Amino acid sequence: MSADMNSRAVITGIGQSQTGRRLGRSGYEITVEACKRAIADAGLTAADIDGVASYPGPSTGAAGMSGASTTQLHAALGIKAEWYIGASETAGQLGPLMEACMAVSLGIANHVICFRSVWESTAAGTGGFGGSFKGPYRAGGFMEWTAPFGAISAANWMAMMCDAYMHQHGLTREQLAMIALNARSNAAKNPMGVYKDPLTLDDYMNSRMISTPLCLYDCDVPVDGAVAVIVSRRDAAKGLPRTPITVEAFGTGLYERFTWDQRKDYTTMAAHDAAASMWKRTKLTPKDVDVAQLYDGFSYLTVQWIEALGFCKQGEVGKFIEGGHRIALDGDLPLNTNGGQLSAGRLHGYGFIHEACTQLWGEGGERQAKKDVKVAVAAAGGGPIAGSILLSI
Amino acid sequence: MSTYQPPATRILPEITFETKAFWSGGENGRLLIYRCDDCKGWVHPPAPGCYHCQSTNVSPQPVSGRATVVARTVNAHTFNPAMPAPFSIAVVELEEDPGTRLTTNIVGIDPYEVEIGMNVQVEFEHYEDVWVPVFRPVTK
Repeated sequence: MSADMNSRAVITGIGQSQTGRRLGRSGYEITVEACKRAIADAGLTAADIDGVASYPGPSTGAAGMSGASTTQLHAALGIKAEWYIGASETAGQLGPLMEACMAVSLGIANHVICFRSVWESTAAGTGGFGGSFKGPYRAGGFMEWTAPFGAISAANWMAMMCDAYMHQHGLTREQLAMIALNARSNAAKNPMGVYKDPLTLDDYMNSRMISTPLCLYDCDVPVDGAVAVIVSRRDAAKGLPRTPITVEAFGTGLYERFTWDQRKDYTTMAAHDAAASMWKRTKLTPKDVDVAQLYDGFSYLTVQWIEALGFCKQGEVGKFIEGGHRIALDGDLPLNTNGGQLSAGRLHGYGFIHEACTQLWGEGGERQAKKDVKVAVAAAGGGPIAGSILLSI
Repeated sequence: MSTYQPPATRILPEITFETKAFWSGGENGRLLIYRCDDCKGWVHPPAPGCYHCQSTNVSPQPVSGRATVVARTVNAHTFNPAMPAPFSIAVVELEEDPGTRLTTNIVGIDPYEVEIGMNVQVEFEHYEDVWVPVFRPVTK
């Protein structure tokens, strides 16, 4: 994008809280933990942080979907913010982080702490999804068009998109399974992985259906966990310990209406708009990307992102992922190298940016891609929700 | 399966000025979809302006209720005890405009037997102030 070199947004530090199933800790507490780690990782102190950005801001949705709001973090760390935002009506979960990039480029903040925290596992540990819909609840927003039909889970909406795609383009369950198997194999090599036991194609094919054609292993895992990323302006990052990671471009496009079932081509998603807008803003191309960290709230979303970002032609993703070799750590396009959300927990998009940075800094350890990693892409969202970020070092 | 029984309860929609016609048309057996009086484009979900031509001359119009299944799923996990699994959820496109789709239930058939391309016809299930449009397979 066009900001001059000195005012470019860079990433200078990352942090992740303890992450796992039913930790019994508050969302607020793990948020602070991740943010303090990110600030220390960047070689900064809380006094250096002058901006705060997070998704989705205060939560009004399902229990545990927001561990802390922007202003709660602000309070806990005594931050003097020149600028802040907590929002969900933006380019997906990574949207506020892109806003932070613009804030530092404009010179209205030097170091913005960007975070996402979830504690669905603890918050919902004794309840369950259905508990959210007791009493006089009436469905508004896009849920007005799905909930009356019992389609209250994103699994249902995604399953139908996947069904139409399979029908039109011949994607098979055996091919789709590679997203889950690859994630599991990478999580086993990640100290922060949540599910590490080996997963075979037989396990996948024989697992119970959640919403056909999506089975248990196509769906990510609610966890407690928080991730924070420090976005700095390049000239403010001088002297910091880490090699800054450049934000080459981000994808924020939304060219159609925000719906789950009216997109002109039902076998595509807003991911295609976000990706198209990202590639308009950079000289890099899909061929330059060394590793891809692509949202896998459901396995089908990852295959959508692979196509949307242009790693293969529309309709051909089944062949692209078949056998899993191309997306393995030693393949052409190592994918979801930390285990993704399928096996390293639903960090709601921010796990991907954390992992993209980890790979660019060459700190993946056993799960480091077997190539020189210079360019990484991270993407989050599904259906009408989408945003992508291209990073380089 | 003529034994189909509508669920005792459903999560009902928060009815707005724009969506009232859609959710209450079934009281008179009519499926009402917003349409632009100028360019004749269909507008769903309903909005006070036409996204095809930006005209604000839009109003709810009755459609035939005939539709085709374009995607389907069997919800196999009970997310909401009021609607126990398994049951069929589908996206159908209206005969009048293939670009206008509804998420719905296909009823009166084994949920595992719903197919893409199947012809279906609307019927309504009444709860409080809402007539929920569901679809049943028909031979065209």
